[in-house]
Amino acid sequence: MQVRILAFGIARDILGAGNLSLDLPQGATVAELKARLCRDYPSFEKLASLAIALNAEYASDSQAISTGDEVAIIPPVSGG
Amino acid sequence: MTNREKLDQEELRRYARHLALPGFGMEGQQKLKAGRVLVIGAGGLGAPVLLYLAAAGVGRIGIVDFDRVEETNLQRQVLYTVQDVGRFKAEAARERLLALNPHISVEVFTVPFSRENALELIAPFDVVVDGTDNFPTRYLSNDACVLAGKPLVYGSIFRFEGQAAVFNHLLEDGQRSPNYRDIFPTPPPPELVPNCAEGGVLGVLPGIIGSIQANEAIKLLAGIGEPLAGKLLVMDAANLATRILKIPKTPGLEIRELIDYEQFCAPTPPAPVREISVQELQGLLAQNADIQLIDVREPYEYGIANLGGELIPPGEIPASAARIARDKMVVFYCRSGKRSAEAIRQLRQQEGLDNLCNLRGGILAWAREIDPSMKQY
Repeated sequence: MQVRILAFGIARDILGAGNLSLDLPQGATVAELKARLCRDYPSFEKLASLAIALNAEYASDSQAISTGDEVAIIPPVSGG
Repeated sequence: MTNREKLDQEELRRYARHLALPGFGMEGQQKLKAGRVLVIGAGGLGAPVLLYLAAAGVGRIGIVDFDRVEETNLQRQVLYTVQDVGRFKAEAARERLLALNPHISVEVFTVPFSRENALELIAPFDVVVDGTDNFPTRYLSNDACVLAGKPLVYGSIFRFEGQAAVFNHLLEDGQRSPNYRDIFPTPPPPELVPNCAEGGVLGVLPGIIGSIQANEAIKLLAGIGEPLAGKLLVMDAANLATRILKIPKTPGLEIRELIDYEQFCAPTPPAPVREISVQELQGLLAQNADIQLIDVREPYEYGIANLGGELIPPGEIPASAARIARDKMVVFYCRSGKRSAEAIRQLRQQEGLDNLCNLRGGILAWAREIDPSMKQY
């Protein structure tokens, strides 16, 4: 299934784009998405602290992703 | 109504547009006058926060900041002028705010906001605004507000992106809204997240996010609207894509005491990489040794000074691994040796390469010790 990824902050640098589409197995969870990103983008693993939102709602690791979902990846930023 | 909240004739004139505002009016203005806000950090975010809180008539404003105004601040910290360069930010800010609104009081604390003074500093205030520029102080502000039972108006920026939220807000059911640790329980490794000085920041961005923070602080004090509690606003100024995410409380997360935040946010020591000195590299080049030289900087830096290496900017390293030789020594360099060491670690992990070597001190060491005619930047 295709999901839309919206990457913010340093995640955008790591993934190389702010917007991308990813093909995931049907019913994949947030944890599986993270594992996939760590495999494809080794630096992703270092982002221990990370908010993932599914369709504008904070999502836990066990939550399942559905076709057409928008997944936002939001790392912390510190500037002021 | 107590005397503290009573508006005099001049104030009634000054705040006429608030008094005329449906849902705000005299009651809202009096609440602002009685309101006490502590702003931690008088930088990019603090500047608009302070200006709008002062203009709006928040009766008592505290500023914690021990930095002095620098020339590079003027691109976004609209509180300050060229004449303020070198002065304490908090002092310059106080003068500017009182010139804008003499009906308020402004207290300055030109000390670092620390574990030792945090609770004492925030105690006399109703609302705390986070305008800090680093993770240790952000976690400290968050934890101190949770322990003291104060709402925290959070804001943070990076390049074109900003975040804002209201943490630890007292809800109608007596519970507190989620806080920073519910979203980001642990800090990221520092080497991964550049600050404004390293990563750059669009000057108007703190103006936007800081104005959102001022708006939230005023709503909290006046008791109007719906605060950004239990939510995180994320905005990309490059395309104005804005998301407001719902944030739940993390079950079992409890903040009991202030900790050592520098240690909490400290970098994990980086794995060592093989190094050569600029003298050794000079020797290898003089012998025409069969080595590959890779320059890990941005193209504009290459234009300023270079050693003739192949240019692979840091962001292109993962995709350019095929260009790295496997059968000979490869020397990586950048300006100071930091980015090139990181590139080597990345390639070691990604490709398992062990023929990579870092130029200690980078281009700067070369300019200092080998070729003084090379530009240092």
